Amino acid sequence: MTMTVTRSVLFLVAGLALAACTNPNRFGPGDDALAGTAGAGAGAGAFAPGSASDPRSVAYFQQAVGDRVLFPVDQSNLTPEGRATLDNQAAWLMQNADFTAIIEGHADEQGTREYNIALGERRANSAREYLVSKGVSGARLRTISYGKERPIEVCSVEACYAKNRRAVTVLAGGLSS
Amino acid sequence: MIQRALTLCLAMAMAATGAGFASAQSQGPLRIEITEGVIEPLPFAVPQFEAETAGSAEMAAQISRVVAADLSGTGLFRELPATAFISTVGSFGAPVQYADWKAINAQALITGAVNVQGNTLNVKFRLYDVFAGSELGSGLQFSGTVDGWRRMAHKVSDAVYSRITGEGGYFDSRVVFVSETGPKDARQKRLAIMDYDGAGVQYLTDSRSIVLAPRFSPSGDRVLYTSYESGFPRIYLLDVGSVQRRALDSQDGTMSFAPRFAPNGQTVVYSISQGGNTDIFAMDVNSQQAVRLTSAPSIETAPSYSPDGTQIVFESDRSGSQQLYVMPASGGEARRISFGEGRYGTPVWSPRGDLIAFTKQNNGRFHIGVMRTDGSEERLLTASFLDEGPTWAPNGRVIMFTRETQGAGGQSALYSVDISGRNLRPVPTPDGASDPSWSPLQK
Repeated sequence: MTMTVTRSVLFLVAGLALAACTNPNRFGPGDDALAGTAGAGAGAGAFAPGSASDPRSVAYFQQAVGDRVLFPVDQSNLTPEGRATLDNQAAWLMQNADFTAIIEGHADEQGTREYNIALGERRANSAREYLVSKGVSGARLRTISYGKERPIEVCSVEACYAKNRRAVTVLAGGLSS
Repeated sequence: MIQRALTLCLAMAMAATGAGFASAQSQGPLRIEITEGVIEPLPFAVPQFEAETAGSAEMAAQISRVVAADLSGTGLFRELPATAFISTVGSFGAPVQYADWKAINAQALITGAVNVQGNTLNVKFRLYDVFAGSELGSGLQFSGTVDGWRRMAHKVSDAVYSRITGEGGYFDSRVVFVSETGPKDARQKRLAIMDYDGAGVQYLTDSRSIVLAPRFSPSGDRVLYTSYESGFPRIYLLDVGSVQRRALDSQDGTMSFAPRFAPNGQTVVYSISQGGNTDIFAMDVNSQQAVRLTSAPSIETAPSYSPDGTQIVFESDRSGSQQLYVMPASGGEARRISFGEGRYGTPVWSPRGDLIAFTKQNNGRFHIGVMRTDGSEERLLTASFLDEGPTWAPNGRVIMFTRETQGAGGQSALYSVDISGRNLRPVPTPDGASDPSWSPLQK
């Protein structure tokens, strides 16, 4: 019985992870809609499985662990805040070994298109190397850069740019069923 | 006489903007100036072309209008309105009443005739130097299909432009670009192709995945571009005629982008990013053998060949900021050519070989500029919140680029400007547009 419940939760999480992969809104900050739909149908345990209160959920990773780190202008060096977030990500990934992740690097619009793709890749790689240094297997982590193609904030001032210069760890289903 | 007058105008304009082509190469401090030199455009008249066959009157009118628009669009010519005409032009080739055209100060007169037989279209034209009282060059005739009428109008314009300026034309050419719709944070992009003047837009891909920076092959029959359709950025080669495409080989776990053809149409130079480092590679499109051209820990991207294929200009941040470098086409030692204030990117070698166009970022503004291939005589042609990605007209005299407006409602559009910084104008597109690549003159 316990076994069955666990499996159904795992399947649910896997489904969420896949949803995170294909969800067109995943470039947005912490996805409440995803967390909201997660509990339906599972209904076991003290928390709604898949919701942000489920420590094994994608929503928890996004909201409680923190799925992104931010970078200064034209830089790919991690800030102290960024390292703290990645410490949390590493700990979570070590505990949830059935997940893989794609780290998406992004740039703000102040730069030429191709340079920004290269810069985004540098940022994604900085985050990846840090996670690997904390013990996460490199085989679980891929990187991609979107350059300036997918801003989450659309204003043309530093307040928006600061949020766009980011590396986002997007979980993917890594269940070997 | 027309040619002399116009050549004089051009020479004056270029002297005024520092765009002269004297061989003197300045060393020492960079001199940068953005000048809106004004020249007096040459007045011309294009009476409606004669319709030689029944039912060809509308086509004759349309062709005349396209010729007039091509010439006026250069900023070098000014069309005189038909309401000012004293003389009417009789049948094609009938004697021209020069005094009547002189009286309204038409320096050039273009007459033409249009003949439609079934699906075959013939267009003839003559160019007259009104003040010299003689024909400039001899009459020419172009034949094609009725639905290719715009191309024949552009061919007339190219011939007129070449005879008067002594330069190659650029009107019978196309532009491949990225068509953009949707809000800034969920922009939909697809490849599109159109005539240089924005006519005849056709879409080459759908907008399911991000597509970037298409680049024409030297013969204009194929296009290289970057697409995220596999989930990761990869380079695709698209045949313009059949719209068939294939991905070029790439290694798993890498990203490839920024492709551009070599003048031989066989080799592609591009960037690969892997492990936080971006370098430049060259690949033969048939064998798909890739050769590494740079190996620095910095970002090396946006490569572009010289027209003779011996050198590559590219951007690198190896000095700590984005700058332009030139290296041999086989790789090896690169020399830096940009030394002004700010950052330099997206260099593109002129088809004439004399200049390199680039994007410059300085003090929160973006510029399109040109410099000689040794980096001297830098001149900025435009300034805005975001200008980037220059592409050269086939004659190396005009540049098209992307301009994006700022803020939440920011939109991209195409603009063109001539290399003296004059005649900045938007290129009409149905939706937002970015990343233009100008084809060679069509055959």
